[in-house]
Amino acid sequence: MGVEGIGARVLRKEDKRFITGKGRYTDDHNVQGQHYAVFVRSPHAYAKIKKINIKNAMKMPGIVGIFDGKQLTGDGIGNIICGWMVHSKDGSPMNMGAWSALATEYVRYVGDAVAVVVGETLAQAQAAAEAVDVDYKVLKGVVSAEEAMASGAPQLHPEAANNIIFDWEIGDEAATDAAFESAANVVEIDIRNNRLVPNPMEPRAALAQYDAAEDHFTLHTTSQNPHVARLVLSAFYQVAPENKLRVIAPDVGGGFGAKIYIYPEEIVCLWAAKKAGVEAIKWTADRGEAFLTDAHGRDHVSKARMAFDANNKIVGLKVETLANLGAYMSLFSSSVPTYLYATLLSGQYNIPNIHANVKTVYTNTVPVDAYRGAGRPEATYLVERMMTTAARQLGIDPAELRRTNFVREFPHQTPVIMCYDAGDFDASLDAAMKASDYANFGKRKAKSEKKGMMRGIGMSCYIEACGIAPSAAVGSLGAGVGLWESAEVRVNPVGTVEVLTGSHSHGQGHETTFAQLVSDRFGLPSENIQIVHGDTDKVQFGMGTYGSRSGAVGMSAIEKALDKVEAKAKKIAAHMLEAAEGDIEIKDGEVSVKGTDKKLGWHEVCLGAYTGHNLPEGMEPGLKEGAFYDPTNFTFPAGCYICEVEIDPNTGVTSIEQFVAADDFGKIINPMIVEGQVHGGLAQGIGQALMENATYDADGQLLAASYMDYQMPRAADLPNFQVSTTETLCPGNPLGIKGCGEAGAIGSPPAVINAITDALGHNELAMPATPQNVWAAVQAGGMKDAAE
Amino acid sequence: MYETNYTRAKDAADAAKKSKAADDAAYLSGGMTLLPTMKQRLAAPSDLIDLTHIKGMNAITVSRKQVTIGATATHAEVATNAKLMKVCPSLSSLAAHIGDPHVRNRGTIGGSIANNDPAADYPSAMIALDATIVTNKRKLKAEKFFVGLFETALKEDEFVKEISFTAPKSGAYAKFPNPASRYAMAGVFVAHHGGTKAKPEIRVGITGASQDGVYRAKDMEKALAANFAPEALDGCTVDEGNMLSDIHGSAAYRANLVKVMAKRAVAAAG
Ligand SMILES: Cc1cc2nc3c(=O)[nH]c(=O)nc-3n(C[C@H](O)[C@H](O)[C@H](O)COP(=O)(O)OP(=O)(O)OC[C@H]3O[C@@H](n4cnc5c(N)ncnc54)[C@H](O)[C@@H]3O)c2cc1C
Repeated sequence: MGVEGIGARVLRKEDKRFITGKGRYTDDHNVQGQHYAVFVRSPHAYAKIKKINIKNAMKMPGIVGIFDGKQLTGDGIGNIICGWMVHSKDGSPMNMGAWSALATEYVRYVGDAVAVVVGETLAQAQAAAEAVDVDYKVLKGVVSAEEAMASGAPQLHPEAANNIIFDWEIGDEAATDAAFESAANVVEIDIRNNRLVPNPMEPRAALAQYDAAEDHFTLHTTSQNPHVARLVLSAFYQVAPENKLRVIAPDVGGGFGAKIYIYPEEIVCLWAAKKAGVEAIKWTADRGEAFLTDAHGRDHVSKARMAFDANNKIVGLKVETLANLGAYMSLFSSSVPTYLYATLLSGQYNIPNIHANVKTVYTNTVPVDAYRGAGRPEATYLVERMMTTAARQLGIDPAELRRTNFVREFPHQTPVIMCYDAGDFDASLDAAMKASDYANFGKRKAKSEKKGMMRGIGMSCYIEACGIAPSAAVGSLGAGVGLWESAEVRVNPVGTVEVLTGSHSHGQGHETTFAQLVSDRFGLPSENIQIVHGDTDKVQFGMGTYGSRSGAVGMSAIEKALDKVEAKAKKIAAHMLEAAEGDIEIKDGEVSVKGTDKKLGWHEVCLGAYTGHNLPEGMEPGLKEGAFYDPTNFTFPAGCYICEVEIDPNTGVTSIEQFVAADDFGKIINPMIVEGQVHGGLAQGIGQALMENATYDADGQLLAASYMDYQMPRAADLPNFQVSTTETLCPGNPLGIKGCGEAGAIGSPPAVINAITDALGHNELAMPATPQNVWAAVQAGGMKDAAE
Repeated sequence: MYETNYTRAKDAADAAKKSKAADDAAYLSGGMTLLPTMKQRLAAPSDLIDLTHIKGMNAITVSRKQVTIGATATHAEVATNAKLMKVCPSLSSLAAHIGDPHVRNRGTIGGSIANNDPAADYPSAMIALDATIVTNKRKLKAEKFFVGLFETALKEDEFVKEISFTAPKSGAYAKFPNPASRYAMAGVFVAHHGGTKAKPEIRVGITGASQDGVYRAKDMEKALAANFAPEALDGCTVDEGNMLSDIHGSAAYRANLVKVMAKRAVAAAG
């Protein structure tokens, strides 16, 4: 309804402040008495701390305190925990090692915080941090997951024998093995999902204030979920009780998952403010610290086998995955390679038997946790590389093989927990093939070959799960929190509206899309609607934003609250207009009696609610309603991506000639914002496929630790994306929304790699397909040809 | 960043005097390399002596084929100077592809060659153009000036004032950028200086690839003197043993790139 309602391309309200430099990020906040924290970090991947000498540093100008891990734990600050319990297949709980916000005995990755220096100025704190003398006994560490499990590998945590955190499985192994025995064909792949640095534009920051008179803390921080941060800071880390701790996540410049977790720095700044007796401490990561301490993403090694019958129908899938979780278990690290990954191994296909075994290990690297897509990109990469590889081996067209196996009846129960509720996989495949002019690829390839270039085309038919809900289900799978969302709709006496949401916007555009719901409902202009989020003192408890849940879950909560507001407003209007409640209509900012010319302005009804002069008998004054919404299922966005590449065999440079995305996100609130989310996701997925790689050397030093060595996608690396949508509504929530925040990053890497391997004519290619890797693969292919 | 004293030199003599007087001075030009290094606390000069306010030191003069470029000329100035573009478009084009607009509008040719980053673009041009580096004390040929990785013949308190060369008959620079940093992973500057028909004068400068920094590829020069065409380089081999190897490119890959870029440069030089 209307130009600013559901489905309208409303320009992003928040962009005015963002693009004019008027955003208010954590580091933009400054307070009276503010001091600065600098962390002393380990230069070693693995070492025993022998002694920390702070004598000289303490004498330096402006230094008010230098604290270490022993003091932190001595004050009762709790260890950092992983909030999702996963059990090994033998029934034993995961082997979580201790993670103190400041290392006490050992450091386990380069960047591990050892001490904090608090100074009056940043320069003073930096100088003193350099003068802190830490005496280490350097130990031999381990970097890769395979090495970590090897016999004789250094043992990183006493809790985790052989560095194994858990050895988990899903699916029926015996049935799957049996299916393989009767199979006509079996296809195998070995793949590696590269490790990524999340790189939000705004680095992490914390401003911790301590009010000694009230014994009350306020934390401004770069968080995707301030309420969860407050809960965890208080219940587990014992920084302060919840009622004595206010957490504010103001404007946040991107998160991609990395800002879900509660990191050592926030904990330490809060604790140190009180300990040092200062009013406030600020810490802002520099880019180097972001590389070394933001939770990394992915880092899987997998072996997979898929079995087909004589009609090319899939009869089974067996997967073995090894996931590197880094030096410590981050907040949701255990769920990513398990319930967010293996539950999607059925892809868009009917696969009667699936078994996956996932082992997770500790290594001397940055902790690994959810990063845009979280588990689903890993599943999609495996399934979609497999489907294309299988099509080549079986000698049929990759689209054909997919169609042969598509799920077409809903609901569809997979053998790996998920029950798909709706979808039309043929529709997105058709749309993508048409948009990419798939049929004429051969002509374009011939043209490229004439120029001495190689050309390939690849597809990926992804399905993912968003919303992460309902609470009871995720609880039964080990989640430590509920995964619903809350909303409060406050109508002011003049008819303007504030929506308080437990979702958190860090680039998604909630201030625009959430307002569209209200606009749509009451016909109000969006400038009359304010979205409030990110402050535990203002907003009722909420779960925050990740897993593309703000639309499906957060907006559904708003819808429920709007239902209640609408119902009450109608009651009031019916009373004022002396009409039946059922005849009241709210439209274009007016409240009228259907079929008559009797009407009131929306603001008149609102004012009526607050004067209380003429309300139905027994009704409470005011117009403000809240709702907590817990969905019935995950949502299942799906789609088809087609990528076409041209490769220069002389240099290995891959250029993406076209990229087509056909997504089914269910109901779309704002197509422009959805396109933006897809563009961003595709850029990140292409970044993973072609460029990004958090490479460590054997000693555990991160080699790609700055933009000089870590390649991010640039505009010139990306084609003009052709994006479109098909629509099947999600039956699980009132709006029919599925979610669109991660799909681009989930679906695109296999499309790119399938295109490159198509051009190469063989599968021997490691991701990322950097020029060097592609050149080597071209050389290897050439040698193969020569040998044949 | 550590604390440091900042001063502006009025003229060349003043610059040298200030440098001598300081404990541990560093000349500052565009600051595109020096300032990030200081911010990372990897350099701690007691004094920064800014050369960019010395009048006329950024001048670019072209007289017939004779070119002089002042040390504080920015990459953007080299890229867009109309006279230079006319006589030596290959150098302008090289400058136009350094870094990003910010870097090009701050970074200087003097700072770049004094820094002699093994992945910097200019050094290859200096070698191929047979440029003369003019310092506040002396003149020396580019081949003598570049000594090794991040090493030049510059002595204490000495700085680059200008560079001069005779524009070649034709030339081109082909660069394979490091995918992350966009510095050169293999940058080949080929210059055809004319000479006689029997003895054409070709110079080839290569940056980004070698363990020893920028170098002159005499074998390629010889092959090109016989036949100034890309395929003339088919018979040349690039020794992998001398190539850099890192996460972006193995020695074998770099050796390949050197040859591919050399051929592209020859093709572009025509
Ligand atoms: C993001 C980025 C991308 C870049 N990409 C490229 C690229 O693609 N290709 C490339 O070649 N370069 C690249 N650079 C480097 C850039 O060209 C720098 O400008 C150059 O390396 C240094 O020049 P400057 O004027 O900034 O020198 P400064 O940083 O001021 O100084 C560099 C060093 O030289 C000394 N110095 C400065 N001027 C003189 C002088 N006249 N005589 C003697 N010593 C002097 C200084 O003391 C210092 O040690 C890049 C830099 C950045 C930040």
